[in-house]
Amino acid sequence: MITSKTVVQLADLLTKKEISAVEIANAYIDRINTHDKKINAYITFNPEKLLIEASQSDKRRATGSELSQYDGIPVAIKDNICTKGMKTSCGSRILGDYTPPYDATVIAKLKEKGMTILGKLNMDEFAMGSTTETSCYGPVKNPHNLNHVPGGSSGGSAAAVAAHLAPAALGSDTGGSIRQPASFCGVTGMKPTYGRVSRFGLVAFASSLDQIGPLARTIDDATLLTSIISGKDTKDSTSVAPDNAIPETITCRDLKTVRIGVPEEYFEGVSDDTKHALSKKINELDAAGAQIVPISLKMTEFAVPTYYLIATAEASSNLARYDGVKYGARSKVAQNLDELYKLSRSEGFGQEVKRRIILGTYSLSSGYYDAYYLKALKARTCIINDFKKAFESVDIIAAPVVPSTAFRLGENLSNPLEMYMSDILTISANLAAIPSISIPIAKDAKGLPIGMQLMGPHFDEKSVFEIGKTIEKDITPLIADFM
Amino acid sequence: MSIDISTVERTAELSKLYLSEDEKKEFAGQLSDILEYVEKINTLDTSGVQPTDHIIPNVNVFREDEVGQSLTHDELKLNAPEFDRGHFVVPKIIE
Repeated sequence: MITSKTVVQLADLLTKKEISAVEIANAYIDRINTHDKKINAYITFNPEKLLIEASQSDKRRATGSELSQYDGIPVAIKDNICTKGMKTSCGSRILGDYTPPYDATVIAKLKEKGMTILGKLNMDEFAMGSTTETSCYGPVKNPHNLNHVPGGSSGGSAAAVAAHLAPAALGSDTGGSIRQPASFCGVTGMKPTYGRVSRFGLVAFASSLDQIGPLARTIDDATLLTSIISGKDTKDSTSVAPDNAIPETITCRDLKTVRIGVPEEYFEGVSDDTKHALSKKINELDAAGAQIVPISLKMTEFAVPTYYLIATAEASSNLARYDGVKYGARSKVAQNLDELYKLSRSEGFGQEVKRRIILGTYSLSSGYYDAYYLKALKARTCIINDFKKAFESVDIIAAPVVPSTAFRLGENLSNPLEMYMSDILTISANLAAIPSISIPIAKDAKGLPIGMQLMGPHFDEKSVFEIGKTIEKDITPLIADFM
Repeated sequence: MSIDISTVERTAELSKLYLSEDEKKEFAGQLSDILEYVEKINTLDTSGVQPTDHIIPNVNVFREDEVGQSLTHDELKLNAPEFDRGHFVVPKIIE
């Protein structure tokens, strides 16, 4: 089956001319048309455009002028990453008719390799949520169990990859939005170091935390995509050019040379199934020769308050641009400019977005700035130092991704605080700006996937991928049987 | 820290949002719970700690001041709610 192939396998088949880009496109068109009704992963899907681009790719390859060995491989994109001429809604009514006149840098980089855009994927509105239930296009279902959420906010990306509705996808991760859905859906999801990938064309949520990364079926595919999309970009002054570029392919790392830190704080309040799966895996790594080092990340308990103060403050500022003037939905009943702003925003934003804008505005407002926002910036420094210290004695940190497996649909909608607290294990990596991956390792008693998180030092994605690949070698892929 | 309805109203005004009476009540309760929880941050001693304003050590990223390609009026018009002869149109603001 074409749709069960990885990106690396598809590249191999294309190179050997055993398959064409049009055949790949048709296989996905069939599968999406047949099965996405159950999953709701796609917001925008344009088969005609895809087939035109696939046939152009085949022509290039026939004349030996392919742009890379990946020419003609489709990648699906989270709907907060701008795609020229293709609607980019952010899962929000306010951008429901927005068609970007430009490509995000990551999209331009995929296209430089000849890769095509398979479609745009469902997500929590403006990436604010942990379940993909805040999308104005309706919730996404978890392919492993349709009564459960896929996680969020890149829920469409994770579900599409898990259900084989895309070979791979791009998502964005502000507080775990790639890794948490990857864990819930049994796929691999990577958040690179802040600055590794250009954010130009990523609709901003919290600019000091947002980072684009891949969701894929294997570590090899995740490595390849991270390699392709990374690099310094003059259009994003926070992107950097570290000495160590990420290679397109990697090999397994000999575990005998690896010190793996296991932070005790990351096992508090974690469900028994998840704890058990992690312990079992860590014991296996120990037996394979890795040095397991118990460590303490004492600032973990401050991560959720720090994150929600910083992320909402930045969001309240970033989302001020939606005013119904230059782009985005405009209220039809406004009588004056002030009403135009307020009505357009109130009609266009959903509840979670409004809640976070108000929280962020409150913590930035006069009289509260020092107590909340400034305090959170200082706490962030403490969290960064916590990791710096840990990486003096270990090469990598292994931990669970989420305290539980996928929630039932609707379970947490009415209690935002509960939902925020479930992000506790992923948000520190964003605050500390370090690379972090989620790798599927097992299923719980209910058959829902469990992920393992590997966090590395700044710009050491290579170690994260290599150690991840060694771990992945002994794991049977978690197949989603949703049909 | 508990948030009352009038604080929600004042913050909504700063955020340029209209909220229904039900939303105000709901947000007051939820935001009070959230703020009570984030208060925990004040138990952390941060005396002498510098705030993290920038997460990466880039300082003053400059580029040459060259004329580049930017979006055309025709491209901007495609997403504008109302656009007329090169201008975004808004309701009258000066009487």
